[in-house]
Amino acid sequence: MDIIQTDIAIIGAGGAGLRAAITLAEANQKLRIALISKVYPMRSHTCAAEGGAAGVSKSDDSLDCHFEDTVGGGDWLCDQDAVEYFIKEAPRELIQLEHWGCPWSREQDGSVAVRPFGGMKIKRTWFAADKSGFHILHTLFQTSLKYPSIQRFDEYYALDLIEDDGRCYGLTALEICSGQIKHFEAGAVIIAAGGAGRMFQFTTNGAIKTGDGMSLAYRAGVPLKDMEFIQYHPTGLPNTGILLTEGCRGEGGILINKDGRRYLQDYGMGPETPVGKPALKTMELGPRDRLSQAFWHEQQKGNTLSTQWGDCVLLDMRHLGEKKINERLPFVRDLSISYLGMDPVKDLIPIRPVVHYCMGGIHTDINAATPLLGLFAAGECACVSINGANRLGSNSLTELLVFGRRAAMSAIACIQSIPRLGNKAALTAKAEDSQSRILALVHKSRGSETISGIRKEMMQTLEEGAGIYRTGESLSKTCEKIAELRHRYTSIALNDKTKVFNTELLQALELSSMLNCAEAVAVCGRDRKESRGAHQRLDFTARDDTNFLKHTLAYYHPKDPPRIEYLDVVITKSRPGVRDYSGVRK
Amino acid sequence: MSERQIQIEVLRYNPETDIEPTIQAYTVSCLNEWVVLDALNYIKDNLDATLSYRWSCHMAVCGSCGMMINGEPKLACKAFIHEYSDRIRVEPLVHFPIKRDLITDIEDFIAKFASVKPYLIPKEKRPISDGEYQQKPEDLLKFKQYTLCINCMLCYSACPKYGLVPEFIGPAAISIAHRYNQDSRDGGRHHRQEIIASSEGVWECSFVGACSEVCPKHVDPAGALQQVKLASTIDWYREHLMPWVKK
Amino acid sequence: MGKKMNKNSYIREVPRASWFLKQPRYIRYMAREVTSLFIGAYTLMLVIAIKRVAEGPDAFQNFLEILYSPLGILFNISTLLAALYHSTSWFNVTPQAMPIQWGEEFVSGRIIVGAHYIIWIAISILILVFGV
Repeated sequence: MDIIQTDIAIIGAGGAGLRAAITLAEANQKLRIALISKVYPMRSHTCAAEGGAAGVSKSDDSLDCHFEDTVGGGDWLCDQDAVEYFIKEAPRELIQLEHWGCPWSREQDGSVAVRPFGGMKIKRTWFAADKSGFHILHTLFQTSLKYPSIQRFDEYYALDLIEDDGRCYGLTALEICSGQIKHFEAGAVIIAAGGAGRMFQFTTNGAIKTGDGMSLAYRAGVPLKDMEFIQYHPTGLPNTGILLTEGCRGEGGILINKDGRRYLQDYGMGPETPVGKPALKTMELGPRDRLSQAFWHEQQKGNTLSTQWGDCVLLDMRHLGEKKINERLPFVRDLSISYLGMDPVKDLIPIRPVVHYCMGGIHTDINAATPLLGLFAAGECACVSINGANRLGSNSLTELLVFGRRAAMSAIACIQSIPRLGNKAALTAKAEDSQSRILALVHKSRGSETISGIRKEMMQTLEEGAGIYRTGESLSKTCEKIAELRHRYTSIALNDKTKVFNTELLQALELSSMLNCAEAVAVCGRDRKESRGAHQRLDFTARDDTNFLKHTLAYYHPKDPPRIEYLDVVITKSRPGVRDYSGVRK
Repeated sequence: MSERQIQIEVLRYNPETDIEPTIQAYTVSCLNEWVVLDALNYIKDNLDATLSYRWSCHMAVCGSCGMMINGEPKLACKAFIHEYSDRIRVEPLVHFPIKRDLITDIEDFIAKFASVKPYLIPKEKRPISDGEYQQKPEDLLKFKQYTLCINCMLCYSACPKYGLVPEFIGPAAISIAHRYNQDSRDGGRHHRQEIIASSEGVWECSFVGACSEVCPKHVDPAGALQQVKLASTIDWYREHLMPWVKK
Repeated sequence: MGKKMNKNSYIREVPRASWFLKQPRYIRYMAREVTSLFIGAYTLMLVIAIKRVAEGPDAFQNFLEILYSPLGILFNISTLLAALYHSTSWFNVTPQAMPIQWGEEFVSGRIIVGAHYIIWIAISILILVFGV
């Protein structure tokens, strides 16, 4: 097996991975940096983020206000020390991106423009029309090309972390174009491999978001944290799950049910605000969990519109006018016309909630460090946690930057201070094991299960058991089903035995990652007997701060369901309170 | 929702087993609202797990799924089945080597893209503490269009010049250089000029215009290249006819 | 057809002589390029005309007779058509090569192209009315 020696290996080349790589390259040009990704950097799913990135920059705003919005939005499950750090660093990171050329939308005076976003009391979301993530990703990728020390390994799929005696010493990865497995020896590893939304059938997430990074850490003994919290974005196109940004509502779009009523006022997010004059932090600018839950209730009441793609409500942007839509929401218009045949300038757009984001992920501390020495994580795959039980829109793009950088700085400190004395023979043996595991999977001759079959059943059971509203019973069923699917997974065999671009092998590995994450979602959800943020239980409808003001930690077991532990939430200055989105000013 | 039996003919090639690419046909019952990518996914899941292709976002922004569809470079996620007859031919993007099936080798593009210094070289350095550069909406408009490139490489497949002269730096790479040249914050034009104004650069372009016709994001690379030519020509005249005028 | 570059990739070669037959847009491009041959030939004809004028009235009269012959007329008509195609195809792409920004908007391509046509027609009329 080829050995590639590097100082710091980064898995994932989206927003967080690229930000980490640039931080490393700028800190010390002699550092050898391996940026490993299963796709070319510009394919990473950061590119699909639309609305924007939050950070305090205007004179009417304050760090405290962004803090309160974020912690309340997260239903007090956020670690408040991490949120404070995040909010303090956010403006710096957004300006840094501007200095690298990011084409942020501008005010007439030439300063960066901000737009309103759900759950935020002040306009603080920086945006580049409605392709903010796309521009952030491309700005970072293009900037990374300045640094020769960033060595990219595009289209390498990370297989296993190589650890010994409680410290991470690198990883193995599959070179997809050749089918060869490489052993990356590294002093530290940063995982920035994105979320796992593809566990669900109806999702905004791209095909690549299969929880590989989460599973990688999980299998190495690092717990996954708060996996039960899955964010449904309230406005997805009903046929494809394509995202229509929260910016639609930020710019003044409204949601109505089949009778034309702005139903959000009936779910604690009113009174109604004038059409075209969105008020912050109420009605359509409430948080995503509340909006998606309101949809569910409307559906129960029969107030939704029945379409060929299922039940929908309507997003009305017609009053914004063609000029504003073209300027602020050109992508939304293009997507609606292309994929649904409807033009937001003239038509009401049917939408329904769609799986969008994993609040949970690899357990890290405020330094982006995991409990495994030498292993760090940032971005959607990680759970710091600044998002708590419900992420506010536009905090995650900023999170990529702040914690991508933080992970890099921590990794540097790690390789400087902690000696790198792995047992060579043991590490080599682990790398060989990893290779054998893959070869065995490829060459297994007979199987009774198919990848697509198991994947379909996984999606179905998650949809049924771990949707917007859950019950103990539905979650238990899902737990059982996923345990069964994990078992049945061992009976798959590949049709494709070749080496070059064996995408069937990749699908098999991705399915395994998703099953691991899915089981954590279901088990953590089953055991959290309360309703908080995006985790709503019909059998435990209230928030229970006495027993569950805690993070759930799921520890991997190769055959059995995960072991669950709990960890106290860090509270610095905000005691759990009532989430008020009524728009009434105190 | 109406369904239609469609014959999807895919160019298959596996370097480990094939000497030459061959066409393989699959019959797929397609919903009329599907895109070609949905049909490929159907084949992959139900008919032939060995079929290989790249894809991710399914919303025309990640740039992964560029391929030839009935001879035209397209994103498979934005090629709607209802726009085609009952036979659809799918091949890997032309002008790129085939690695396997619909997957091409794009390293040549990646290297060229990097070579044009596609990053901001600031006119004047500014510390973070001084905040953002001021940039008026009209300054942003000057280059905004050229930031929209998703690197899908349809333009390279459409460009006959790139097919005939593989050294040509090509539409997307020169457009991104132009994007930074046009940015009011940037002062790096002369650094990029030696690369993009070379003979393998913009002067290989004879303005066929095919790149702009196929661009799914309306970046108009052909326009960018002509603007670079014009600016380079003005440079030349300045230098040779008016050497006393400083740049 | 094609060839293997190395053991891992397959290159489809572009046919050197017939590549432009593959797509209508390539044919249109080639047509635009070919029109320049007609314009070149017409320029050559003008040079010959000047030479004939210098040689005296008889020579020029001979030259005119050749022009009035069916072949001469055919040449002129085809050159005129080629020149029209050449000019319009270039006019239509000027907004791409020379975009004009007016504040926060680009001037519509139609206006830029339209201005070209108007100037062209105006000059043509001037020459037709006053030039001969």
